[in-house]
Amino acid sequence: MSTLLVFTIVIAIAAAAYFIGSRRAAGKGDGSVKAHSLPHYHGWWAFLVSALPAVLFIAIWAAATSMYLERTAISELPIHNENSVIASQSLELGMVSGIARGLDRLTDAERQNLPQTFAELRPILSAKGVALATEGQDFMIPIAVEWNKNSKLAKNTGAFIAIALAIVGAIFGLSRIQARTRARNNVERIILGALVAASTIAILTTIGIILSMLFQTLTFFQSVSPTSFFFGTVWDPRFAAAGSGGSQGQFGLIPLLAGTLYIAFVAMLFAVPIGLFAAIYMAEYASRSVRSAVKPLLEVLAGIPTIVYGFFALVTVGPFLRDLSAALSGGYAFIQAQSVLTAGIVMGVMLIPFVSSLSDDIITAVPRSLRDGSLGLGSTQSETIRRVILPAALPGIVGALLLTASRAIGETMIVVLAAGVAANLNINPFDAMTTITVKIVNQLTGDLEFNSPQTLVAFALGLTLFFITLAMNVFALYIVRKYREQYE
Amino acid sequence: MTDLTLNPASAPARSVRRDIGLKRRYAAERRFRIYGIAAIAVGLFFLVALMFSVFSNGYTAFWQTEVNLTINLDPAIIDPENARATNPNVLLTANYPILARNALAEKLGVSASDKPAIRELGKLFSDGVRGQLRELVVRNPALIGTTQNIWVLTGADIDSAFKGQIDLGVEEARRKVSDRQVGWMNALKDEGIMAQRFNSGLFTYGASSRPETSGLGVALIGSLYMMLIVLGLSLPIGVAASIYLEEYAKKSKLTDIIEVNINNLAAVPSIVFGLLGLAVFINFFHLPRSASLVGGLVLTLMTLPTIIIATRAALRAVPPSIRSAALGVGASKTQMVFHHVLPLAAPGILTGTIIGLAHALGETAPLLLIGMVAFVANSPVTPLDPSTALPVQIYMWANEAERAFVERTSGAIIVLLLFLAVMNITAIILRRRFERRW
Repeated sequence: MSTLLVFTIVIAIAAAAYFIGSRRAAGKGDGSVKAHSLPHYHGWWAFLVSALPAVLFIAIWAAATSMYLERTAISELPIHNENSVIASQSLELGMVSGIARGLDRLTDAERQNLPQTFAELRPILSAKGVALATEGQDFMIPIAVEWNKNSKLAKNTGAFIAIALAIVGAIFGLSRIQARTRARNNVERIILGALVAASTIAILTTIGIILSMLFQTLTFFQSVSPTSFFFGTVWDPRFAAAGSGGSQGQFGLIPLLAGTLYIAFVAMLFAVPIGLFAAIYMAEYASRSVRSAVKPLLEVLAGIPTIVYGFFALVTVGPFLRDLSAALSGGYAFIQAQSVLTAGIVMGVMLIPFVSSLSDDIITAVPRSLRDGSLGLGSTQSETIRRVILPAALPGIVGALLLTASRAIGETMIVVLAAGVAANLNINPFDAMTTITVKIVNQLTGDLEFNSPQTLVAFALGLTLFFITLAMNVFALYIVRKYREQYE
Repeated sequence: MTDLTLNPASAPARSVRRDIGLKRRYAAERRFRIYGIAAIAVGLFFLVALMFSVFSNGYTAFWQTEVNLTINLDPAIIDPENARATNPNVLLTANYPILARNALAEKLGVSASDKPAIRELGKLFSDGVRGQLRELVVRNPALIGTTQNIWVLTGADIDSAFKGQIDLGVEEARRKVSDRQVGWMNALKDEGIMAQRFNSGLFTYGASSRPETSGLGVALIGSLYMMLIVLGLSLPIGVAASIYLEEYAKKSKLTDIIEVNINNLAAVPSIVFGLLGLAVFINFFHLPRSASLVGGLVLTLMTLPTIIIATRAALRAVPPSIRSAALGVGASKTQMVFHHVLPLAAPGILTGTIIGLAHALGETAPLLLIGMVAFVANSPVTPLDPSTALPVQIYMWANEAERAFVERTSGAIIVLLLFLAVMNITAIILRRRFERRW
């Protein structure tokens, strides 16, 4: 029986329990005692008692089954390659489960006279729609047969237990229906539990991010020392072919970090004045109608996916800057199409709406009385803004700028398409530089062996990126919180 | 005295007024305003430039040049040994492009012995004709031996030339279409046999190395699956988490941590979620690479903070009097939340969800890491099959060198932007229409 079918049966049993429960509870209410809960709460309680344990059991059983199957299969695999890495064992395991999946689709007659060699079996299975790699071995077939037998047994046992659990739960829930049963409280307790569980997912995600990256990073540091990663000035990971061992290349973070910060700096240099002045104009000068037209238009810029910006940089801004520089210098294009400047400008455009809408909120939050006081003393509007409003809003604006900068540092698609892949360490903004995010993408898109340092370095880079942005966000929140109430 | 000072006649007497630099200050004021206007103008200029760049490159992608050929499905070419009754592979492996080439040669009066001309002729139409004719014949073998009028895709270069994107003023050796091909093209155009037709293939084809037969079909299905998964998971989980934090949780260390966490997750770079997906879903749980299920899960985790923040704002906007009234007539806390607060907050929650979904739809970086940059030619059936996503397809096409792919990329961006526009406008309408001000 397939898991889905079992699940459906369990839900059907639980639904039946719901209807019977509601009915019975409605009948019970007629007596002298007043019912504690409405009938449908009794129904829901019966439903939950019936379905919840069974569904949990199905999930746990499925996980345990697959673990058990893999264990037995691994123990049956011949130990001819003791010194081989885990990768090849998992490869063999994948082959076995593939064969098992194929055998499952055969008819009984075909299964009776199963060929003994993999070479004969492969075309039969591929005719059934299971394509297998050619490296299959003959010894895998009996293991796969065994696998199927075990899997079928486990599935049937599990299905039986799950359905039994559902029935027992339903009977138990229905038998407890009394006028004074606190069905509503029970149901609400379970709802509360579900709500708590949902809100812990946020924590689990963070823990997952940190743990998963930490483990891979630690594995990476076993082959590359942390000092040569954090302080190395050469990035040359050398896509070593599997097995060549010795030459590992160098994994220096510094050029990537420099590129990341440089591009972010150029972007901020572009976005901050424009965003800030736009926000000031919209908050202090613009009429209501101008504001209601311009503000959403600028926010459209925030809604455009970053891949679109990347493409814009690649086909429009980059070539334009290159041709412009060629025209200026008379032939020699001193700005490359993929350069810090290109990526910085386009990223700056993306950041304008972040700066402007965050600053806009902060500027409008400055109390009216401060403006009136300054204007009443005879200062002009711009003087009021420069000498009174901006200082009052400064902590908030600094917080907003930090948040924006952390976005610039974590931005991926624009730099992947516009900044180039060469890990240079230079200060000419017209040359290509690369960033941490670009290298994460480069190291992980391709057919690489997963446990090689070339791949694992991406996790070390990711962890670095995570902590940089985390520190900036926490610092931004700290600034905003610390100075927020000063003017209220 | 005051009367006197206000009298214009006494103005010369007041000319010794202390200079407080009014002129300078007003000039500074004007400059300041101009800076503001200039800043907004620069922002809007880039918006217009970006849109113009995309649309001017991309609108032509929705039309594709096709040529109407009268093809004789000659059994001597399709099945020279007359073995199709016994061997079904004959119809699959037959040399269909020759049929189209012959039809075209006959039409243009090129003799079959003129080999160079025939070779150039063969580049007029796309090699995609192979699949097209094969499907036609396999589906209905009775057509063999008949003559059919079929619209066939032209090659990518001819398509570009037909749309005027190739500069024909350049000397012949340096462009991709020869003068002879241009001559044929114009002849066919004048006859009305070669024309631009709506490019339905853009929405149905999968990945292909030929621009003219590559499309967004796989990407659209993959994105649809991912959006369904994101909606199905992040909406209930996000709403449940927000209800707990906003309505039930007492201020404690744990809720504080959760709150800080959610705010931080909202600011974590999206690529980090890709690393999480790769390490946890693919390496630990052994879910298949390139599957839209994994993409959906990763995007769900990424969207959750957005939805939680929006939902909490919506719940907070429901006035406490509603809660007090519900509790006052005897509702339990759960009943109060689910019967009264939640329905009133629903428009706000929905708006936040749509905006979160729009954000997820345009997200690329995490999907690159979980292997969705794959060459997938066949439509995925279930969320476990390999597929791509709309923004990832854009990324892959953006990396292709050919001119025709630039056009396709821009076309795909237009499709993506249209989806996003529809979603955001829906959100705005929902907010305007249903949001109550208390």
